[in-house]
Amino acid sequence: MRPFYLLLALVAVVAGVLMWRASRSSGGDVPVAAADAPAFVTAADSAFPGYVLGSATAAVEVVEFADFQCPHCGEFANVQFPTIREQLINTGQLRWRFRDFPLNFPWSRVAALAGQCAGEQGKFWEMEDALFQQQAAWGRSSSNPTSAFRDLARGIGVNLDTYNACMDSQRYAGRIEASHREGMARGVTGTPTFFVNGRELDNNHFGSSDAFKNLVDSLTGKGRH
Amino acid sequence: MRRRQAIALLALVGFCIALYLWFYKIGIIGKLQCGSGSCEYVQTSRYGALFGVPVAFYGVVGYAVMFAVAIAGLQPSQLARRWPTTALALLSAGGLLCTLYLTGIELFVLHAICRWCVGSAVVMTGIAAIALTGAMRR
Repeated sequence: MRPFYLLLALVAVVAGVLMWRASRSSGGDVPVAAADAPAFVTAADSAFPGYVLGSATAAVEVVEFADFQCPHCGEFANVQFPTIREQLINTGQLRWRFRDFPLNFPWSRVAALAGQCAGEQGKFWEMEDALFQQQAAWGRSSSNPTSAFRDLARGIGVNLDTYNACMDSQRYAGRIEASHREGMARGVTGTPTFFVNGRELDNNHFGSSDAFKNLVDSLTGKGRH
Repeated sequence: MRRRQAIALLALVGFCIALYLWFYKIGIIGKLQCGSGSCEYVQTSRYGALFGVPVAFYGVVGYAVMFAVAIAGLQPSQLARRWPTTALALLSAGGLLCTLYLTGIELFVLHAICRWCVGSAVVMTGIAAIALTGAMRR
């Protein structure tokens, strides 16, 4: 019986040493989760406010919670958002903030990671456009579309070595989870969900870019006669 | 006795694997050693947690309980008792069902394989095979 317990002790010691080495060799890259924070979401993850497009002084801010694999998000991004960007964001009337809210689609989170890893290099909005424009292609893939995302990243001009390292290490998984949790806390149940100056927009209001324009006009006083 | 020893040893190995994955999940280990596998993709997916608790933690608890039962069953006063055999058979059957479910999620939903999860699945299958055949023989 005694050799058996020695064998158990040996297994435990070897495993302990391996885990200790693993924690020392890579623990510096990802901060230990704060004691009061949920698992694997750091304080920095929770503090990230999302990627922003538009003027800091715009009177109206829209926060969009979206999923790159959600068809409605894709339709909105490809059909309505270009007009909103041109007529409202680029003219300084509206500021747009994108928050990840990955749903249950197979590639929601890996697509969100691709967006964040491009964003690390200042190319979030270019990657957002590319992901939504190509959603029909990669969204139907039965295998992990990481290589397709890499091609998109190459196409928008990110440094691929940096991008690959970011994707391999899942560097922004915690940030995405934090964004998702914030959405849940704000009552988001589907995507896209919009908050205009902090108030959730009724789904009937985003049927067209004109609806957003009318909303901005009403909030800035332009719609009053 | 040999069966309980084998189960204790396998449960300890499974416990270490689950502990490693749980340590990653709570941030103690920054990056999983996974070769070309998809461990982090699987672990950070929505299936990496159940009721807000990392799946790996359930594994830590499950393997710890199996290990404790096997060790208890190896004590001289308990060697002839049947309860450890029955308890291990029930625990391992539950563990095997969870393993099958999680492996199915990896293969058919995430389309990604976590090598550590495969290791745990092999360990759990081994425990179940030993425990269930032992329960049927006695």
